[in-house]
Amino acid sequence: MPSKKTRILIAKPGLDGHDRGAKFIARALRDEGYEVIYTGIRQSPEAIVQTAIQEDVDFVGLSLLSGAHNELFPRVVDLLKENGAEEIKVIGGGIIPEEDIPSLKEKGVQAVFGPGTSTEQIVEFLEHESGR
Amino acid sequence: MNLVDDIRRGDVRAIARAISLIEDFEPEAELLADSLFPHTGRALILGVTGSPGAGKSTLVDRLITLERRSGHKVAVIAIDPSSPFSGGAILGDRLRMQEHATDSGVFIRSMASRGFLGGVAAATGDVLKVLDAAGYDTIFIETIGVGQTEIKIVELSDIVLLVLMPGTGDEIQAMKAGVMEIGDIFIINKKDMPGADKLRMEVEYVLSFKNPGEDTVINPIVMTSATNGEGIGLLREAIAAHRSEIARSGKLEQKRRFRLERELMGVLSRKIHRLMDVRIEVSKQLPDWTDTLYRRKACPYALINKQIQNFLKEGRGDRTN
Repeated sequence: MPSKKTRILIAKPGLDGHDRGAKFIARALRDEGYEVIYTGIRQSPEAIVQTAIQEDVDFVGLSLLSGAHNELFPRVVDLLKENGAEEIKVIGGGIIPEEDIPSLKEKGVQAVFGPGTSTEQIVEFLEHESGR
Repeated sequence: MNLVDDIRRGDVRAIARAISLIEDFEPEAELLADSLFPHTGRALILGVTGSPGAGKSTLVDRLITLERRSGHKVAVIAIDPSSPFSGGAILGDRLRMQEHATDSGVFIRSMASRGFLGGVAAATGDVLKVLDAAGYDTIFIETIGVGQTEIKIVELSDIVLLVLMPGTGDEIQAMKAGVMEIGDIFIINKKDMPGADKLRMEVEYVLSFKNPGEDTVINPIVMTSATNGEGIGLLREAIAAHRSEIARSGKLEQKRRFRLERELMGVLSRKIHRLMDVRIEVSKQLPDWTDTLYRRKACPYALINKQIQNFLKEGRGDRTN
């Protein structure tokens, strides 16, 4: 009786301590039946990637409000690749200017969800990507 | 099986994937667990239990640091509850252990209970095999932390650390059956809070109730402040001393034999349950059965006895696994 659960790591890289959004998403996804690993604020990309691998997650959701997303989001994508875990998909959220989104996607971030995104939109994306 | 070799080499990806296979009850999980079994029995398994907020995760975090200093590889299974409504979970125990995230000698895995009672998840026993076979010297199992039903931890651990804190009514809780019996080492965390000394006396008092001659092992009580890192060295010494003591007295072997016995019983009852479900289609027929019971047209014992009779008459079970 296989009973596969989708697992997602919600992590905050960088130095800003504003974790309301991350916590909101964590709770919303829990209520949608996801297993959400939450590691708190100020996580290095290295720590995020090792956590994602040990926890064998399907997705990593990064939340950032400080403006360092152009460096930190792609760094997580690259480190996953370096560690042979490129099938773990990275998505981003927080305060991300519209004009940065295309280059983030080019660098392997699968989707970026800004302020005002509904839980339904995120869940729809995750379900589609995990083939459910 | 290639995965087994990778696990035994300590490959983190392989270990993580194997745990998922086991957690998800994938068809290959049984063979995997059995292939790992001959390579287990080496790790020291420490169960950590106690009420929510008592400081279990922070204590584990501090103990990891000391274990690493002595060159031990450490694994942690941190269990949090699944929502009975959505089936989802927020797994936040490792938040307090993230300073070890990039240490290659530490492996931390969060597990959701997925509806299993007893403070752990159903697959925890098999997940332990993965970590043991992968060469981790010390494995911590951190339970959900809901108190009086966390008995499964006794079946899984060599030593159970019971974490108490002052000011939560633990003085009376400690008297109740089911809590004090499961602890091998008693930790009074947040020792700088008012009531810590009183709690210590209460625990000593409750422990003194033991029947004479029933158990010669003296349960240590250690006062700690996990956040400030105080008393952790003493705790580690108490664990080491207790381990030597139970190894010498034969209690460790007795515990490990008991664990295997419980595991066999668990596998057996799951298998029988499964077999019955396939053969007499329990899940499918359940609504009808419930309906006849509701209308008082049948009685629970008679109904099930009849089903079992039919099952025994009809099948010499060989097709199902």
